[in-house]
Amino acid sequence: MTTTPQAVRRASPRTRRPATPVAPDPTAGLLPQTAPVRLLDPDGTPLPPRADLPAPPVETLREMYRRMVVGRRFDAQATALTKQGRLAVYPSSRGQEACQVGAVLALRDDDWVFPTYRESMALTARGIDPVEVLTLLRGDWHCGYDPTVVHTAPQCTPLATQCVHAAGLAYGESYQGRDTVALAFIGDGATSEGDFHEGLNFAAVFKAPVVYFVQNNKYAISVPLSRQTAAPSLAYKGVGYGVPSEQVDGNDPVAVLAVLTRAVAHARAGHGPYLVEAHTYRMEAHTNADDASRYRDPDEVEAWRDRDPVARLEAYLRSRGELDDAAVAQIAAEAEAYAADLRDRMHAQPTVDPLSLFEHVYAEPTPQLVEQREMVRAELAADAEGDA
Amino acid sequence: MATMTMAKALNAALADAMLDDERVLVFGEDVGQLGGVFRITDGLQARFGDKRCFDTPLAEAGIVGFAVGLAMSGLRPVVEMQFDAFAYPAFEQIASHMAKLRNRTRGALSVPMVIRVPYAGGIGGVEHHCDSSEAYYAHTPGLKVVTPATVEDAYSLLREAIADPDPVVFLEPKKLYFASGEAELPARTAPFGRAVVRRPGTDATLVAYGPAVPVALEAAEAAREDGWDLEVVDVRTIVPFDDATVTASVRRTGRCVVITEAQGFAGVGAEIAARVQERCFHALHAPVLRVAGLDIPYPAPMLEHTHLPGVDRVLDTVARLQWDDRPDPRWLAQGSAA
Ligand SMILES: Cc1ncc(C[n+]2csc(CCOP(=O)(O)OP(=O)(O)O)c2C)c(N)n1
Ligand SMILES: [Mg+2]
Repeated sequence: MTTTPQAVRRASPRTRRPATPVAPDPTAGLLPQTAPVRLLDPDGTPLPPRADLPAPPVETLREMYRRMVVGRRFDAQATALTKQGRLAVYPSSRGQEACQVGAVLALRDDDWVFPTYRESMALTARGIDPVEVLTLLRGDWHCGYDPTVVHTAPQCTPLATQCVHAAGLAYGESYQGRDTVALAFIGDGATSEGDFHEGLNFAAVFKAPVVYFVQNNKYAISVPLSRQTAAPSLAYKGVGYGVPSEQVDGNDPVAVLAVLTRAVAHARAGHGPYLVEAHTYRMEAHTNADDASRYRDPDEVEAWRDRDPVARLEAYLRSRGELDDAAVAQIAAEAEAYAADLRDRMHAQPTVDPLSLFEHVYAEPTPQLVEQREMVRAELAADAEGDA
Repeated sequence: MATMTMAKALNAALADAMLDDERVLVFGEDVGQLGGVFRITDGLQARFGDKRCFDTPLAEAGIVGFAVGLAMSGLRPVVEMQFDAFAYPAFEQIASHMAKLRNRTRGALSVPMVIRVPYAGGIGGVEHHCDSSEAYYAHTPGLKVVTPATVEDAYSLLREAIADPDPVVFLEPKKLYFASGEAELPARTAPFGRAVVRRPGTDATLVAYGPAVPVALEAAEAAREDGWDLEVVDVRTIVPFDDATVTASVRRTGRCVVITEAQGFAGVGAEIAARVQERCFHALHAPVLRVAGLDIPYPAPMLEHTHLPGVDRVLDTVARLQWDDRPDPRWLAQGSAA
């Protein structure tokens, strides 16, 4: 039934009740902007500054540019190493440099990062040795770095499960009187997993200082975002949990860093979690093993080339006089050296010790593991004798 | 010595652990003010405050994953799953993270946490409240899996679970919660990895754990009338498993029946039977037999007595242990029918 304005007017004198007092909108401060936050145009032209979102200091932006250039070169090198058979597989984050580096720059060294398989670039940008980052993909162990030293959880493959760990760790840190923030990366597709929702909810209920950072790169392997959600934006998923949320142009480095810095400050100040959705794009296939031409149009990829985050930041910094040809060349040379060093070190065959398989199942191996270790030890000895 | 229920001993173990170690946090569904649906956490919130013992949102994956994160930050979470079958949403967190984090990080991170699970049946519970889920956990490397059968062990094993550097799935037999026993707290019984001979005997070994231990003891008592002197071994810690004690017993008696309340196929009982056979082959006078629950989803309450291994089924099985070197009577019966 539709109600015509006339009908309403006629009915109103009889049904008049005291006006409901206007309550403040309880979702105020929780909902994202209706359009992604942007501080730079795609060509690097700055947009009018915003009082609510201070622009990051220019030195930080220069550092961001440096790490994005090095990160992109690292990513290309990892892809090349895969082609040479040095890595089992590599999920590239080319195109997502502003997100990868922005997240890291918004944090302190003692903050915790909960990365997925997509975040190799973020981890190298955090200063973790790239060989240690690639250990998982080279296949000599599951995690190559010591998480307690670099405050970075192992890269997480079971989708969204890291969201709950981040909530637990962040709550545990604040429980013990430390002001650590945890940042959990997650992809657009993984927001459909239950653990994303349970993580947001736990973090909100326990006011855990976590930033959930969704890199919406439009695809989960082949499945487009329209199959994951009917929500207007993934950032709208926060309001149902009472979590303030924002969406940002994920290829605008200045906006990404500004929005994440605000989110981290919110969490550190004890206001609980914050959800950020970055609209970005995965320029490569899901991994080297994937054929993206089966599910996406080359024109679509081309269109995203024009929104390249590295070129955007470079244009902006040049326009501000913060970057010139010499500085660009110097950073490019640094990136080349970084890649060459990585290539050399990855060409060395890693040593693996079969007996180490038994070392870290439990703090102390069970009697059954001790038996199996002796079996393997005997096999190795027999092999060695055979070789001799 | 005092007489108390297993529920009380578990409650005391939690309280004493919280008293001894500030890092111990107890949480889950209804564990705060209510004290848990079985009252195992009764009084903990009042005594230690709602930062140490608290309710969480209703989300088992969330509870376990949150605990993993807390453990990463240096705390010692002890979480409760309300019932066995309601732990299944948490399985990904258990199998992929809780069990593996130490291994993935070569020992840099560990997960000293405990999941307490009221499990198994015999209490007339409706569906989804009576599963014997131990095999899922025992099949997952990285987990320790423990289940007490006595009041003293309930206390001692839970204290040890909380102090253990590795994640422990602590399975509490629901039907024994309110059974009383003698205990002197703080009790310290055998450590993890040690099975215990609950009743010495010479003719055959009954191997059992958790809710099947009282059944084995009752069967051993009844077997005296048939002239059998049966030994009962309580496994106590499924992982780590004590081959030595079980093997020594079976080598002495030469016969073995493994009793589990869980469905038998691909279960912990099958593992134990295989291990005994591998280690005791030359000492065995009869095949190792199993008495287990039927291979069915846990039945409705009015049918559970048919499902659960009882004394009669155990004795029938003991009778098949080739006592006088005659063939198994079942094969004779089949032969005569042919
Ligand atoms: C629980 C689980 N289910 C399925 C997979 C297999 N898988 C790996 S990546 C992926 C797509 C995830 O997409 P998204 O969250 O958008 O992240 P992106 O790869 O685009 O960064 C899938 C289905 C997995 N790793 N974990
Ligand atoms: Mg994606």
